[in-house]
Amino acid sequence: MLPYIAVAAVLFSLGIFGVLTRRNTIGILMSLELMFNAVNINLVAFNKFVWTDALIGQMFAMFIIVVAAAEAVVGLAIVLLLYRNWQGINTDNINIMKW
Amino acid sequence: MDPQLPITNVTETLLAMLPEIFLFCWALVVITIDVVSKRKSETLAGYLSMIGLLITGILLSFSTYGKGFGNMFFNDPMAAFFKIIFISAAFMAIGSSFGITKKKIVNHRGEFFGLILFSTVGMMFLSASREMISLYIGLELTTIPLFVLAAFFKDEKLSIESGIKYFVIGAFSSALLLYGMSFLYGLSGTTDLLSMRLNIAAFHLTFKQIGVVVLISNIMLVAGIGFKLALPPFHQWAPDVYEGAPTPVAAFLSVGSKAAGLVAFAKMFLLALPAFYGTEMFPNDWGMMVGFFAACSMIIGNVVAIRQTNIKRMLAYSSIAQAGYIMVGMLALNEHGLASVAFYMFAYLFANMGAFAAVALFEDKTGSCQIASYEGLSKTSPFFAVSFSIFLLSLVGIPPLGGFMAKYKVFAAAIAQASAHESGQWIYWLVGIGLLTSVFSLYYYANVIRQMYFSKNDSPYTMTYNPAILTVLIIGVLGVLAAGLFPEPVLEFAGQISNSFGF
Repeated sequence: MLPYIAVAAVLFSLGIFGVLTRRNTIGILMSLELMFNAVNINLVAFNKFVWTDALIGQMFAMFIIVVAAAEAVVGLAIVLLLYRNWQGINTDNINIMKW
Repeated sequence: MDPQLPITNVTETLLAMLPEIFLFCWALVVITIDVVSKRKSETLAGYLSMIGLLITGILLSFSTYGKGFGNMFFNDPMAAFFKIIFISAAFMAIGSSFGITKKKIVNHRGEFFGLILFSTVGMMFLSASREMISLYIGLELTTIPLFVLAAFFKDEKLSIESGIKYFVIGAFSSALLLYGMSFLYGLSGTTDLLSMRLNIAAFHLTFKQIGVVVLISNIMLVAGIGFKLALPPFHQWAPDVYEGAPTPVAAFLSVGSKAAGLVAFAKMFLLALPAFYGTEMFPNDWGMMVGFFAACSMIIGNVVAIRQTNIKRMLAYSSIAQAGYIMVGMLALNEHGLASVAFYMFAYLFANMGAFAAVALFEDKTGSCQIASYEGLSKTSPFFAVSFSIFLLSLVGIPPLGGFMAKYKVFAAAIAQASAHESGQWIYWLVGIGLLTSVFSLYYYANVIRQMYFSKNDSPYTMTYNPAILTVLIIGVLGVLAAGLFPEPVLEFAGQISNSFGF
């Protein structure tokens, strides 16, 4: 089981790193997906190797996949609006409000 | 009916769920009617949504306590109390948005109000769940419509910037929350919060080293929910989003979304991970962590609010500070703790929604959010000035108003907890910081009142009220006064919440 948890932890850390350092909004969205998928690996691994009697973890993972898809739809729509208003999706320019 | 009893019959469970189901369908009806009527009427969709919320409130008074679908739907006193708060918050947010639907959102009025209603449904489901999956779904159903609402002015850079900031922070925080939840599932093998508590305790007896994993998941959960509550150091998004988002949406964010975060916090930490203060069950202590964040939020919120010139940013920092006071009450694990938190939320609802309604009205009239432009309003619009002052004074906590009673209850509960437990002495410090920063907060709230009342110039603006916003302001004033002068019925209801959590 441990290798799976380790992979999930690496994926999750990569996701956090990507969200914090990426300048491209699409890149941030992809990093968010990495984080969600790390959670899914965790849940499915726990379900498969520790709590085998009920499929709770796998069901939870299904819910997360659906919600992450809905979240990506809204996120991409907002990125589209960014592109229309700034003619680019780079986060460096999106700095009207500070402090 | 006793909330602990399961409803086995599916029809009865669906009947207990009737307010949520009705509100969901009503949101679809609002959107459809707005499209079918070719978006001609300026006010139809708004009034329809307000009527829908009223009907939901009436249905709520008929719905029974009880649990169904495992613990996924668990209608207890906490759910009932917070559903009232969510419905009132949505009602007041919709009432204060008639100005922007008249001028700015011309083509999407139905969607605007429908999304507020969807978000309310999410909050209601969230408050009525004692199970991680439905908790998560409720939280997401709350936030995803709010992403859209924050970015609703499609041609204004400010609104879109707030939308993308809120989206990235919101999705990031729910990923953190989920990572914490996945470890809790791994430790307990269940997503039901009450059996999770027992399973983790039993597991910990045999495997002492799981404390580290519990600690990791605690940190993840506090960070995830802390982002939703805007607790420092996770608060930087709040002022930006409140400034850029449409004002009624900012109001709904600051009350509804915050209350939803509080409910999620109470459910995760008081039901599933309740052990701290010296019990040997967990070698870690989320209490200290949350106490530190509460202290940070009281200090940072109140100090940074002083130097704001934009009233929406000022109210955002003030709401960060208020979250700090609320978390002090959450740390009091006694019979008054959760009750005081719920009561604080009740008083905060009217004061903050009222203040944002006043800001929305002023913004519709003048297009300005600067504190300086409020000068001399008491002479031209006395009702506006009086009601806005009452809301601000309630947020400070001046005695006859609701805010005072709420702060008193929260701090009294925290002191009772500190004096009862040897290891809880640090809570005295939190209460001290809370009292001190309340005094600071008078400065920036009173600054607005000073602008309105003690200015030599008369204001060039005279406020005109449409019926909806007049209703909202009157409800707000009455609610603040009622919470301050006659708190007993609300406190009694809030007391049942503590009982249903086993305190």
